[in-house]
Amino acid sequence: MNLTLYVWRQEDRNDKGRLVQYEARDISRDVSFLEMLDIVNEGLVKKGDDPISFDSDCREGICGMCGQVVNGVAHGPRKKTTVCQLHMRHFKDGDTLYIEPFRARAFPVIKDLIVDRTAMEKIIESGGYISVHTGGVPDGNAVLIAKRDADAAMDAAECIGCGACIAACPNGSAMLFTAAKVSHLAMLPQGRIEAGSRVCVMTEEMLKQGFGNCSNHYECEAVCPKGIKVRFIAKLYREFIKAKGNL
Amino acid sequence: MMAVTGQFMILYVIAHVLGNYTIFAGAINAYAEGLRHWPYTIILWSSRTLLLISVFLHTWYGIILKLENRKAKPETYALTRYRSASLAGRTMVWSGLLIALFLIFHLLHFTFQVIEPGIAATAHPDALGRPDVLTMVVGSFQRAGIAALYVVGVLGLGLHLYHGIESSIQTEGLNNDRTLPVVVRTGMAISVVLFLMYAAIPVSILMGILK
Repeated sequence: MNLTLYVWRQEDRNDKGRLVQYEARDISRDVSFLEMLDIVNEGLVKKGDDPISFDSDCREGICGMCGQVVNGVAHGPRKKTTVCQLHMRHFKDGDTLYIEPFRARAFPVIKDLIVDRTAMEKIIESGGYISVHTGGVPDGNAVLIAKRDADAAMDAAECIGCGACIAACPNGSAMLFTAAKVSHLAMLPQGRIEAGSRVCVMTEEMLKQGFGNCSNHYECEAVCPKGIKVRFIAKLYREFIKAKGNL
Repeated sequence: MMAVTGQFMILYVIAHVLGNYTIFAGAINAYAEGLRHWPYTIILWSSRTLLLISVFLHTWYGIILKLENRKAKPETYALTRYRSASLAGRTMVWSGLLIALFLIFHLLHFTFQVIEPGIAATAHPDALGRPDVLTMVVGSFQRAGIAALYVVGVLGLGLHLYHGIESSIQTEGLNNDRTLPVVVRTGMAISVVLFLMYAAIPVSILMGILK
């Protein structure tokens, strides 16, 4: 199949950046979206041009490294799919694709489609961990956790931290990401101890990093490759109200 | 803050429309007179005071929120495709502004009664000596321009609540997977019903159904 691409090209942080048109020729329906970009890049390298820079690592949809906005949707048109697991058979021959980096004030573009997601790390660094001594690996069933809580904690822990929620949010808010981390730890006994202080410092750090506020559009949930639900945002609010009530 | 003040205003708006519907029973003058007397006057003035505070806080925080969010997303995409954000949700600040402008007009019109002094209710009591609200309201809405203005105003209110009701519940952390879709749909239904109830008053007067 043949496609017309409009790809965001930007030299460095200070460059203004622009969309550049490329033609992707003879692309197999079975290659992934990133492999299609690899093929385009091979052509560019052969011509002596600068290849398109983009992030990727595992290409299995589990590491959270890749991520671009394809035709206005973070990670492209398929639900619960990272862009590395998106295959070209989901597009049609002759399609025009706009490929842009994740955008938010907290995500400055480093080059082309690569953005700096350090701000997300800062949120984790502020409180997304457990500092109590949990000892060695406990025996199975020594610490009883209700099936419902275990399942919910696992659902929240599925977040791979790719940043698509932030890219899709009209407000550039990191609420779904932060909520997933807060909820995941708050639902397990080891994380419960620091739940109150955690939710306070993580939300504070989120605002400090320049992320916006949640106004409940739920665009984040719609693009999340792991299907993280906005119920965790409600959980974050509950944790926050509980923590502030205890102060 | 947005959620709590918003929810109080929603309660006021619901109580307000129910009160207005005494017009269909021909009892609006009695209702208006009743509100001026003990003990209802206490309810009226305490809710008006809370409403005024709510309006200011809600507007203030709403504008700050919008400015912060704009700053957090300085650049948009060449192609933007919303997957779940509704038009109502994305235009909250504008529907809010429309409501604010409408509210100012509405207060000048029916509360301070300076827009049409010729039929001002407090200056022209009815046969029983009560403010003649009925004549004022019917006289106003027989003019198409004013009726249209009110319909547009309450349309802004409907749009705002279309997103606002469910959004406020979510922000208070009262949702889970099971309740979220129900809350979203209930919020939309309430906003549509409120819009239709409010719009029915000027429309039925303009059409001559209510005289």
